[in-house]
Amino acid sequence: MKLIFERSVSGRGTRYLPDCDVPVTELDSRFLREKAPALPEISENDLCRHYTELEKRAYGVNDGPYPLGSCTMKYNPKVNEAMAALPGFADVHPLQPAHTAAGCLEVLTQTAKYLCEITGMDAMTLTPAAGAHGELTGMMLIRRYHEQRGEKDVRRKVIVPDSSHGTNPATAAMNGLEVVSIPSTPEGLVDLAALAAAVGPDTAGLMLTNPNTLGLFDPHVEEITRIVHEAGGLCYYDGANLNPIMGVVRPGDMGFDCVHLNLHKTFSTPHGGGGPGAGAVGCKAFLAPYLPAPFSAADPEAPEIPAESIGAVKAFAGNFLVIVRALTYLKTLGAAGVRESAQGAVLNANYLKALLADTYEMAQPGYCMHEFVMTLEREKQEKGFTAMEIAKGLLDEGVHPPTMYFPLIVHEALMAEPTETESPESIEALAEAFLRVYRAAEADPEGAHHWPKSTVIGRPDEVEAARHPVVRYVPAQEGTQEA
Amino acid sequence: MADYLAASPADRERMLAKIGAKDITDLYESVPEKLRVKGNLHLPAGLDEMSVRREMEALARKNTVFPTVLRGAGAYRHYIPAVVPEIVSKETFVTAYTPYQAEISQGVLQSIFEYQTVICELTGMDVSNASVYDGATAAAEAAASCRDRRRKTVLVSACAHPDVLRVMKTYAWAADTPLTVVPEKNGRTDMEALAGLLDSSVAAVYVPQVNYYGCIEEAEEAARLAHEAGAKLILGVDPLAAVLLKSAADCGADIAVGEGQQLGMPLSWGGPFLGFMAAKHDMMRKLPGRIVGETKDDAGNRAFVLTLQAREQHIKREKASSNICSNEALCAMTASVYAAAMGPEGLRQAALQSMSKAHYLAQELEKIGWRRAFEADFFQEFVTEAPEGTDIAAALAALEKAGILGGLPLGGGRVLWCATEVVSRQEMDRTAQILKEVRA
Repeated sequence: MKLIFERSVSGRGTRYLPDCDVPVTELDSRFLREKAPALPEISENDLCRHYTELEKRAYGVNDGPYPLGSCTMKYNPKVNEAMAALPGFADVHPLQPAHTAAGCLEVLTQTAKYLCEITGMDAMTLTPAAGAHGELTGMMLIRRYHEQRGEKDVRRKVIVPDSSHGTNPATAAMNGLEVVSIPSTPEGLVDLAALAAAVGPDTAGLMLTNPNTLGLFDPHVEEITRIVHEAGGLCYYDGANLNPIMGVVRPGDMGFDCVHLNLHKTFSTPHGGGGPGAGAVGCKAFLAPYLPAPFSAADPEAPEIPAESIGAVKAFAGNFLVIVRALTYLKTLGAAGVRESAQGAVLNANYLKALLADTYEMAQPGYCMHEFVMTLEREKQEKGFTAMEIAKGLLDEGVHPPTMYFPLIVHEALMAEPTETESPESIEALAEAFLRVYRAAEADPEGAHHWPKSTVIGRPDEVEAARHPVVRYVPAQEGTQEA
Repeated sequence: MADYLAASPADRERMLAKIGAKDITDLYESVPEKLRVKGNLHLPAGLDEMSVRREMEALARKNTVFPTVLRGAGAYRHYIPAVVPEIVSKETFVTAYTPYQAEISQGVLQSIFEYQTVICELTGMDVSNASVYDGATAAAEAAASCRDRRRKTVLVSACAHPDVLRVMKTYAWAADTPLTVVPEKNGRTDMEALAGLLDSSVAAVYVPQVNYYGCIEEAEEAARLAHEAGAKLILGVDPLAAVLLKSAADCGADIAVGEGQQLGMPLSWGGPFLGFMAAKHDMMRKLPGRIVGETKDDAGNRAFVLTLQAREQHIKREKASSNICSNEALCAMTASVYAAAMGPEGLRQAALQSMSKAHYLAQELEKIGWRRAFEADFFQEFVTEAPEGTDIAAALAALEKAGILGGLPLGGGRVLWCATEVVSRQEMDRTAQILKEVRA
């Protein structure tokens, strides 16, 4: 398919602006560029067709099941979008006087109140723009806490289980912290003895996802947080997997001091092909003075931030229109709905697991929370196909594959999270697709290496992409023929 | 009550039977009894859609949508063609995840590749990432990517947007690295002071090409000074002014970063916006965030993939260039659609008209005694000093009453004004008239 730049024809385009009604200013020529940027010149109709064609070459939640583990690809309610588009939210300047933005301020306070109650935290900032950004913010709070106690340079180690998301160690490193990885038990849980051996006077804290990336709720969580606290460290809760437990059990009650939430996972705001999301961060009262500034440094009405605050992690007050969507969702669900959604997610995951368990080997037996992990290690050794073949075969079935090769502690892993908004029929159809693909791979493992067959492209050459990076369109030189 | 569960009570029974559980609470057997929430959380009851809409609309009504906006300071109201939100709200683009599965994500991947090209064209750079959270975090991430073992200090112009400065300070504090502010002189970065601060410990200098006060900086001079000391120049770029001004690459910048909100995004009370980040070829493997590359599939067809992933957290974990694992994809697409709809001439008009209107406003304010505080050339914003004895708050309140969001008070009698192409001559004349009457 052509790039939009390849559809460009000089002199085309639609006019959107009137003539200038004031004299045109001329700048000193030393500031001016010589050549205009080569941007597309295209009719509005062709512009629309270009993106309609792109849309057909993409896959959204509306296209079918999207069981990407740890991503919580639930349905994104349409009313959320309608509310975010209200001019009373979308056309408000972030530095308007506070009395002309009272509704925006109330959106923040109401959302924070919901999220504090759901997580069992005392305070909440809505400034971070994403989950990883929330992690960064949360770990900054922990660093500030140790700094205030004169231990910033002493407590430099963060304990992270080997089942963690890759963002956890990367976040620790951005905070100048060293990562201590501890192994999981054969049951996929935190090894308490390893944890007890790892903590000490140099421990800044622990980062934990619970339920973890195997979809297991760690029953020893209170013991875990106690061990860390007794060593003088703090406990950080990675909220990527909050969806199955909201309304059922709260991170604050498990002993966590600080938590981030992904509003684009648990609270139904759309993923947008990679963003924008939002990553609220909650904490216990003793960490609240360190929270980032809730408002812009440019806001003349903003109160001075406390000297203890970490400062700011983003301009203005966060991804506000994402927060509007999340609040719309929270109001819709309410007290009972929050719990029922969590239960629905757990029910659907266990249902899919039950439908697949006879064919696919599960990394862990028993009930799971919102997701579960399959391993294709045996198939790789004995039958000549891998998790990759299953994933690519699912593409030909018209469904989005699960997360592949994660968590790292399971070989040939496929991690599936169906979410609560899939109907039983959808889950059954998904399971049948999984089973068909398995049988087909078993029958022709060699052929399976060439899947998918029905998508707009086949397997792309990623090695070549990294070796000789082409990361922008370069127009053909004048006088040369276009390929 | 409204929720989005698809299974009916009868379905749930059937599913539980297949699972082999009696009750849904059995599935939570690993959660210790004493930790479980008893009953419901203390939250309001859920609402039907009509009632939710009423509550949210009531909140929106508590905000004022100003018919005239003469305030910028990092968020700008420009004209957004109707086609832009229409295309960007396509359901598949809105609901898709990060394009991990390239075979069914070519649409999203290609749109990002096209976005990267737009940013490279605006900045003159060789490579752009798929975007980051906003302009402030882009600057902070850029600073981190310039540091190495020997050079850790970052110098930041006092003329940076206050949020850019504050965010850069926070990131530098977290990473235990020094940050020094280069003072302002006559509304621009003090180049003499910058020269004095540069030494072999400096990794990078951040200067905005169009600064917080609207003034156009001597970017080439900043690049020359930085490079003489062996440091990199991170140039803050205004993506609309970039259509007119010398490109970041031509100014000598090593990295160009900026806030992309002006490219088709509404004011949104500050977010979501778009952090863009582009660099010279030699910095490519140090950039944080997603990058889309072009390659071929097994049949030789053009294909797009996420590439250079060896920089990223899911591979490198604690050695990654950043922890970022998302981008602002839909905002990036907004910027591309806006750029394509407007085209080079439309964008030039938007930039030129914004600049011209700001100059007209400055001239009209000057006539009533609100003089410009700085002499430097400016783009679409400028700072005034009000006549002696002016009550700034009262003046802005008078404008507000007339539906005009006036400039941003900076303290000390100074106000930061902005005019864009959507403001008419008549609105600006009326503004000057109201301010004149307040004085009288």
